[in-house]
Amino acid sequence: MDDQLYREYILEHYKHPHNQGTLEHPDMQAHDLNPLCGDELTFQLELDGAGRVKQVAFDGHGCAISQAAASMLSDELQGKTTQELLALDHQTVLDLLGIEISATRMKCAMLALKVVKAAALGHAAEWETQEAGNG
Amino acid sequence: MATGTPELRDLTAEFPILDREIDGHSLVYLDSAATSQTPRAVVDALVSYYTEHRASVHRGVYPLIVEATDMYEGARERIAAWLGSTPQETIFTANATAAINLVAHSWGRANLQAGDLMLVTEMEHHSNIVPWQLICQERGATLAYIPVTDDGQLDLSAYARLLERQPRLVAVAHISNVLGTINPVAQITRDAHRAGALVLVDGTQAVPQIPLDLREIDADFYAWTGHKAYGPTGIGVLHGRRELLEQMPPFISGGHMIRQVFESSSTWSELPGKFEAGTTQIAQAIGLGVAVDFINALGIEAIRAHELALTEELLERFAQVPGLRVHGPLQAAQRGALVSFELEGAHPHDIGEILGRENVCVRTGHHCAQPLMRRFAIGSSARASFAVHNTTADIDRLIGGLQTVRRVLEL
Ligand SMILES: Cc1ncc(COP(=O)(O)O)c(C=O)c1O
Repeated sequence: MDDQLYREYILEHYKHPHNQGTLEHPDMQAHDLNPLCGDELTFQLELDGAGRVKQVAFDGHGCAISQAAASMLSDELQGKTTQELLALDHQTVLDLLGIEISATRMKCAMLALKVVKAAALGHAAEWETQEAGNG
Repeated sequence: MATGTPELRDLTAEFPILDREIDGHSLVYLDSAATSQTPRAVVDALVSYYTEHRASVHRGVYPLIVEATDMYEGARERIAAWLGSTPQETIFTANATAAINLVAHSWGRANLQAGDLMLVTEMEHHSNIVPWQLICQERGATLAYIPVTDDGQLDLSAYARLLERQPRLVAVAHISNVLGTINPVAQITRDAHRAGALVLVDGTQAVPQIPLDLREIDADFYAWTGHKAYGPTGIGVLHGRRELLEQMPPFISGGHMIRQVFESSSTWSELPGKFEAGTTQIAQAIGLGVAVDFINALGIEAIRAHELALTEELLERFAQVPGLRVHGPLQAAQRGALVSFELEGAHPHDIGEILGRENVCVRTGHHCAQPLMRRFAIGSSARASFAVHNTTADIDRLIGGLQTVRRVLEL
């Protein structure tokens, strides 16, 4: 009997998350938490010479939904540019999860996205200040 | 079929909300430590004020005002008498948080000096930490923490050493809302007084759960909240020592709290009015008075015995659930009627979600006690807490629900 929320593939990602760990030389990273439930997440990304994501790692703890979302999202990031990371949205995550997310669990589902975008944004902001400094 | 314990008759009928079904499941409310449910008598008191007696208090002489004022002040008198305080030393506030803020702002701003030390404990609720952080930052004072031992007790020898540094005030919870620990607040107060420090006790969890006499505890301030004691939301109480309250400057100022207002200065009302500015929580205070009558009619000793029996049973049943770990003292007698727990492999959010589908309500999260959670390296936990209406049947439903959690999450 498959549960509506805790589907087999959700539990699979929760128990055996992909890309969990830390990177030696990340080019971008961000950390955030969900103060309501105490969930915490760090994402680290390493870029190749062309500015595309070469390696991804995430670390942290949280509920099945937040961990599955982080694991699934981490699989999607390979090869993306910063601009492509910034273009990811709620729908991306909802499509990956493939389950109904109630209002109370939306923050859990979206924590990974928030952290990935913060990492990309921090990097984009760095570029902008550099460019501004050079100009 | 719901059954009480030998200590207390079945009270389900007194709480209208317990009729609420969700998806065919009757309500099992195990979150009274967050907010208690409302007895019919308290709902009736609120309706009666609004439909029969509504008027402002202390502001006129017509019959409705006299009735409303008598109800409001009558509530204060019954609350004071119940806990061993006096009406002048019983101040209505919005909640426990507001009561603690009153002391932090009024006493703290007038008394804390640069270089002063004050103590809180590692097991405080945020409401007994953050107001002190802010006032200490403002005054240049230092905030130090009384540590908690691995078995969830205050480290009293560390406390003795901290007292040697002559703190000005010690702020401590009577019962921890996470660990359940009942702290020896009378002893803590005696030691603090000997060292020249004042004491504020956060009695939020204790007032509805255990017999207590404020004269025995002898703290300088004792704060609690009405909505965890079968009262309405939006009402709390601060009990304070009269000499201190008389010396302290007002906190919130405006109407009612004055004696005379001149163009450039004013004088203050007598206690407790000095600390009750504006039109206060009239209905809520009246409702809280009736909540206290409700507790008194049952008897706080009987309530404690009932909830202790349930807590003992819960701890025994929890010990048989694979992968379940309880936080805080393992002896029920050392704790209030609440048990925080973790289930290996199951995040508290998922526990709460799956129990919620069976209409079993438990608290999940960091319980507004992040320093404590960090101390025990817990991200978040689940908590079950008891009130007078709970029964052993509720424990059965919780344990059954945890089996569902294990099945759904494939643990
Ligand atoms: C121990 C303790 N202190 C203080 C509070 C704060 O109570 P309130 O939110 O009613 O001000 C709570 C409730 O969450 C509590 O459990």
